[in-house]
Amino acid sequence: MDENAITLSINGRDTTCFVRNAATLLYILREKLGLTGAKPGCLNGDCGACTIDVDGEPMKSCLMLAVEGEGKKITTIEGMKQTTIQSQFIEKFAFQCGYCTPGFIMNCHALIQKHPDATDDMIKNWMESNICRCTGYKEIEDAVKTALRQANQNTDG
Amino acid sequence: MTERPLSVVGHFVTRVDGYDKAYGRTKYTADVSLPETLHVQMLTSPYAHAKINHIDTSRIWDVQGVRAVVTGNDFPIRVGPLVADRMPLAVDKVRYYGEPVALVIANKPHQAKAACNKIKVSYEQLPVINSPQEAMQNESVLIHEQLNDYKLQVEGICAVPNTNIANHTKIRKGDMEKGWKNSDKIVEAEFSFSPSDHAALETRAVRAEILPDGRVMIYTSSQGPFYVKKLLSQFLKIDEGKISVQTSMLGGAFGGKGCVQLEFLAYLASKAVGGKMVRLVNSREQDMVTSPVHIGLHAKVKLGADSAGKLQAASYEFLFDGGAYSDMGAGISKAGAVDCTGPYKIDNVHCDSYCMYTNHPYATSFRGFGHPEQAFAMERTMDMLAKELAMDPLELRMINAIKPGDTTPTQVHLNASNLGDLPSCLRKLKTLTDYKETKSKITKEGKIRTIGISAFWKTSSTPPNATAGVILTFNTDGSINLNCGAVELGQGSKTVLAQILAERLQMDMKKINVTFEVSTEYDPHQWKTVASSTTYLAGRAVLAAADDIIRQLKQIGSVALRCSPDDLNVGQRLIYLKDSPEYNMKIKDVVVAYKYPNGNSVGGLVIGKGSHVVRHLTPLDPHTGFGKPGPQWTVGAQAVETEYDPKTHAYRIIKAATVLDAGKVINPALAIGQMRGGMYLGLSWASRESFSFDEQAIVCNPSFRSYDVMRIQDHPDYLVDFVETPLVDGPYGARGIGEYGVIGMAGALANSLSQASSCNINQLPIIPETIWKLTKGDKQ
Repeated sequence: MDENAITLSINGRDTTCFVRNAATLLYILREKLGLTGAKPGCLNGDCGACTIDVDGEPMKSCLMLAVEGEGKKITTIEGMKQTTIQSQFIEKFAFQCGYCTPGFIMNCHALIQKHPDATDDMIKNWMESNICRCTGYKEIEDAVKTALRQANQNTDG
Repeated sequence: MTERPLSVVGHFVTRVDGYDKAYGRTKYTADVSLPETLHVQMLTSPYAHAKINHIDTSRIWDVQGVRAVVTGNDFPIRVGPLVADRMPLAVDKVRYYGEPVALVIANKPHQAKAACNKIKVSYEQLPVINSPQEAMQNESVLIHEQLNDYKLQVEGICAVPNTNIANHTKIRKGDMEKGWKNSDKIVEAEFSFSPSDHAALETRAVRAEILPDGRVMIYTSSQGPFYVKKLLSQFLKIDEGKISVQTSMLGGAFGGKGCVQLEFLAYLASKAVGGKMVRLVNSREQDMVTSPVHIGLHAKVKLGADSAGKLQAASYEFLFDGGAYSDMGAGISKAGAVDCTGPYKIDNVHCDSYCMYTNHPYATSFRGFGHPEQAFAMERTMDMLAKELAMDPLELRMINAIKPGDTTPTQVHLNASNLGDLPSCLRKLKTLTDYKETKSKITKEGKIRTIGISAFWKTSSTPPNATAGVILTFNTDGSINLNCGAVELGQGSKTVLAQILAERLQMDMKKINVTFEVSTEYDPHQWKTVASSTTYLAGRAVLAAADDIIRQLKQIGSVALRCSPDDLNVGQRLIYLKDSPEYNMKIKDVVVAYKYPNGNSVGGLVIGKGSHVVRHLTPLDPHTGFGKPGPQWTVGAQAVETEYDPKTHAYRIIKAATVLDAGKVINPALAIGQMRGGMYLGLSWASRESFSFDEQAIVCNPSFRSYDVMRIQDHPDYLVDFVETPLVDGPYGARGIGEYGVIGMAGALANSLSQASSCNINQLPIIPETIWKLTKGDKQ
């Protein structure tokens, strides 16, 4: 077979798997590792549903080859446990069908980590990469803003 | 007896699927991948209308891992929900860009894709029909030469042989001559927009397997698993009982997953590999053009009113762009006709509504089912009439608002239950949006702020026998399992149904487990999850099942507590004496047989069942449209405020508002979410979404890179309010609300920008270029 073994560090655990050079990280996460939280929406980097965290940066996993993931710290929605942003998404009804949610949450999480002082404009700019078709986006914006506020309070305190 | 105040219904309750979704644990159809599953790739047509001379599949075997190939001749049977007009894989000719022509099945997706590219199809291009007007005028190009031989699947669809007309619905009410004579002002206008897409984030996906004993297993992202079973059974000639259809939660649907398309293909693919499990997942591009789309429309509207502004007559010609196959398009053209007037009293109505075959991707249901489309045309004409009458647009709508005692275009008598209260919605809208009669405001930067409004109504065009059912079972701790065939597509039905059950049984929401997946094997039959009908149909079934449970609990309780069942109440997980609640027993001690102290047991399992069917619906008279198309009419009013730059014709949507008569709001947060989401979908469609066709009817923008949808930067402030006029036979008075937020948005947006730009914006989408062209036209 035209597959090579690679080791990926995902959600704090090293996993070795066989991948084709042409396989995207999204494909490997979903089809080989069973981490189906990242969703295919366009396989073209347009919708953000497959967003994961790579070394602290939000990354569309459909635009990255699995082999590029070696040596990087990868976090998927499955590695997120009881974060404020997740609670806020539930509290603010920031999803309906839930399909875009893991991508949005991973993107929001990276924003909160990197820019806890993000302005409203910056939040909107940051979230432009993700499409939601069910809510009016307002709910998502509310969830992010509240989570940011809470993150700041925690740091201040 | 005084009524107990509601403790769950009408209150804030978080979604029952909230944690799964926020933690990425919800499994959608394509999230399940079993070892040994084979992968299917579709080869689709590069032309919109062409003869297929030859398909050469010999080279696919050069690719490693290829297992089988399927072409149209392997199953040359026409299928379809209303008119059986579509072969699952094209035979002899293709009728739209993106139509499936062949399937390749391989071990891995990339192998199937590589092999697909090796198929050589020899086509001979045919002249294309690129709009519904062309379809009507150009009878020399027939998209379906054998329309006459096609099988009609339902009553009330009228295809016209030797034309491109897939359906013609006629509405004839009152006396048009008299109506026009009584009109002091008459306005006429034409409207148009091209097909667009639902663009649910989850593309359609299906797995299929044929077991050794002939059972067919289908796992599909469908709004109608029972409907999939029905159509597969009919066209594949397999007993319904041998077909099992399972649907997990859907990643959005918006009507686009109510059709049956990929399921046929996956079945054929599985059959080609000896019944092995196969998986077929649309790419985004396929999901946009190969699978069904949101319908387009060309409409002519003529309205007449007396000098006081009272509507006297209305005539409509709708040419819906149904695309290459009729699918639900034929039904949409009918639904648009039965409510053509919008929520206004008009005694003289004439409507010809056609679903036209064109060489565009074919249309299926889209949230609102003919109403966002019809309402755009009607609500723009209302504003044009208001201008002619020098009347305030809101006032014009107020004095013509339909009321109990009036009749619909198909002459259904309306009353205070089957019709919502539009005047109250309009009044609330006025307050909510701070609507003043002088509407234009110029900002410091020279931009123009205006509010456009619209009013809407809709009935659910369900079949006259649409049903839903519910089965309730208990766990030994007294918690309850709610099984229902309604699909969760994001709308929150599972939460709402649990609330209705919790309310009726006076039970904690936490003690109710709702099954998220739907299986035709163990859930009771449900027509489909469409038409804003689930809260009504399945909600009534929940109430019936809850009452069945209560009756059984009282029956067993009366034996154990030595009294008459009539003396007992059920609630708070107890069965207790009405007048002396201290005489009680726990429900959990009864549901798996009640055991006496000496060990004797009675009662068996408590299992609740309930169902509901719509009643008194009738097919429409083919000549006049007379008949009852749906159970009730939800109404509402909407507004959109824009800020328009007259120099660049660019604009921002500042506010969007909806006031809806919901009958009874079961879950305020979910209901507000439905309204906001509906407004967003309507605004996104009206402001930017459209397929762009070249001269050969090729879709030039089938991806999110080129097909623009609204993103977070563009969202307006949303204002939502409700009126609650109970639907007497609705659960706790609730009406359908799911689709309604979308209906009036295009009209309200166009009305706002028409005022601001002083030109009649009668086409969609309204991009700055649209307005620029119109304002230029005005000057010429």
